Amino acid sequence: MKSGALVFLAAFIALSASWGGFVLAPQLQLGRAPQEKATGTDNLYPVARAGFAKQGAEVYRSLGCVYCHSQTVGQDKTICEIILEDVGTNAGATLAALLRINAELAKPETLASLPMVVRVVADVPAAIPLMKSFTSIGGKVSARVVPQGPDVARAWGVRRSVAQDFAYDEPVQVGIRRYGPDLANVGMRLPDANWHLRHLYAPKSVVPDSTMPPYRSLFERRRITREPSSDALQLPSEPEAGYEIMPTDAARALAAYLVSLRSDAPLYEAPFTSPTPPAPATNAPASTNSPAK
Amino acid sequence: MLFGGAAFWLALSSVFGLIASLKFHAPAMFANCACLSYGRTYPAWSNLLVYGFCIPAGLGVGLWLLARLGRVEVAKPWLIAVGAKLWHIGVLVGLIAILAGETTGHEWLEMPRYASVILFLAFLLMALWTFVTYSRRTEESLYPSQWFVLAALFWFPWIFSTAIMLLQFFPVRGVVQASTAWWFAGNLLNVWLGLAGLAATLYLLPKLVEKPLQSYYLALFAFWTLVLFGTWTGIPAHVPLPAWMPTLSGMAALLFIIPSLAIVTILLATVRGAKVPCMGGPLCFTKFGVWSFAFSGILLALTACPQINRVTDFTWFGHGQNVLRIYGFFAMTMFAAVYHILPRVVGLPICPNRIRAHFWLAMIGTVLFALPLVVAGVLQGLKLIDPTVSFVATVKAVMMPFRLSTLGEALLLVGNLLFLFNVVGVIVSCHRAICTKVYVDATAQLESAGVKS
Repeated sequence: MKSGALVFLAAFIALSASWGGFVLAPQLQLGRAPQEKATGTDNLYPVARAGFAKQGAEVYRSLGCVYCHSQTVGQDKTICEIILEDVGTNAGATLAALLRINAELAKPETLASLPMVVRVVADVPAAIPLMKSFTSIGGKVSARVVPQGPDVARAWGVRRSVAQDFAYDEPVQVGIRRYGPDLANVGMRLPDANWHLRHLYAPKSVVPDSTMPPYRSLFERRRITREPSSDALQLPSEPEAGYEIMPTDAARALAAYLVSLRSDAPLYEAPFTSPTPPAPATNAPASTNSPAK
Repeated sequence: MLFGGAAFWLALSSVFGLIASLKFHAPAMFANCACLSYGRTYPAWSNLLVYGFCIPAGLGVGLWLLARLGRVEVAKPWLIAVGAKLWHIGVLVGLIAILAGETTGHEWLEMPRYASVILFLAFLLMALWTFVTYSRRTEESLYPSQWFVLAALFWFPWIFSTAIMLLQFFPVRGVVQASTAWWFAGNLLNVWLGLAGLAATLYLLPKLVEKPLQSYYLALFAFWTLVLFGTWTGIPAHVPLPAWMPTLSGMAALLFIIPSLAIVTILLATVRGAKVPCMGGPLCFTKFGVWSFAFSGILLALTACPQINRVTDFTWFGHGQNVLRIYGFFAMTMFAAVYHILPRVVGLPICPNRIRAHFWLAMIGTVLFALPLVVAGVLQGLKLIDPTVSFVATVKAVMMPFRLSTLGEALLLVGNLLFLFNVVGVIVSCHRAICTKVYVDATAQLESAGVKS
């Protein structure tokens, strides 16, 4: 290249392309995405965090929690489990149907231990014809969409994280490291704010092998003047008599934020079936794109 | 000016890096002080390294290259000095803000907006007069290094202004923030550092072995592939973004292997048959830089493969790769350039033994710092994807490589202090020489005056 203008042109072409791709395009695709209805309900998702938890997000950002904790759950695939719930009136025909669907289970003992997962298929459309073979003879059957993968198996989440989960976060703290466990659903896993406060003050007091640094700067050690505060931390060893450990506002906000972390609404792009269906009136799965009844 | 400040920030960054790293050995250390928590010392390390050291050092070398290759005096050196001072003030403000907890929460862009604005203006000031220097050149034809410097001058204002506008002043919503931040980080670490570092490499290699560059067209090829593919890198595989984005970014990461190998080819072809001993001088630094660039490029390309990134994502692997890119490639190349340039600018030599000591410290330190992290990443990742292994076990699995890595970091700290000593030593002795000269001149006048009276 003989001239500087050509260099600038090259740089401009390359950079404007990726700028359009990774800055402009996601803004157009996701930047104004509206709230979505969680599948099978009228609940809008996501909702903005309440005031105290929102302050906690600032503490989370300020302390740099994101350098050790991700907030995103992955999954390898989803499977669809077909659950036989009730035989209905025709046990013989049900056994015959079971023989076709899963020969190993075609025994009378199976019918005694319902409900039971009788077959696992890839997705709901594959499940529908199999389910029909039970419903057509009066049996009661349901299907359950279950995400699979190491993160789900670790109980870090019930489904993968999607863009929608972060719509109201500011700043978005996705995180790309797991030197500590994933926190996308820590509020679902550990809903007790006091647990989080104890854990922040002395991680080893609640998780013996923890490698997390204690965040004692979020707490105040003070002399008990009249009677112990009900807000003081209940710890096995600390503090010495006459003193108590009080969480500061920052600590309580952070704990409120952690408790608020849960992305468990079934969405169109990340389907799964809640273990406890909200409306057990029908035998249709509670919260997936429902198969035929 | 640029180099002295850069060396200082580099040493300080190592201190913070070491504190951050020690956190994993003794988590309770400094537990009562929020400003020394891992979540603050780690960004202090990364920001001081990139904004404190890499960018001013890269700019300083770039300016010198443009002036030297264009056969021209630097235009308005005092304005560039003002820009450099402003830049260092911006870094100081940003450092204090990070330690005080004012981070933005976006990696590689933690400095809050008031610091970012100072940095942006300072960069513009320096880049503008660097460009003026270039446009006044008397040597018309362009050498490959000049393309790289010019593109780097253009690149940083664009990515930095986009990032601070869309993340700090008018934040976009939701995961668009994350994609913008990753785009910025990819462009900063893979493209900007690549451009500014390779500019020095392409100048130093032929100069040090006293042979012509092999070859011009290979350099052209490396330039184009670096800017075309590098600019799309940065988005990790397992993130809550529409699948096309990580896929595209993975493709770019895979293709990034092309410029990496092109640079290695240039190195091999240029130094082949040269009878210049390496001996721990600038040539050693440059060669090590090229190999690190290639190796970190290969590591980046590996993460494009789904079977591999399934293991390496969310682990120390990426950190190891970044360390190799920033320290192994960029910092080493800058050390070479500074050791080549400073004696020529100030007219005083630097003791070769000290340079050699620095080389060995920096090389062993970098290798010990980066490679155990890469290994740790794989070990940790293999455990992470196996849900039967408890999470704590995944963290404890990497302690041994991590100890090595901390040792490497400590060596680097010593090496960086030596670099600071070398650079400041030369600058101080230059000033002393000037002062002595002025003093001698002045006293000579006095003496002659005294004789007259």
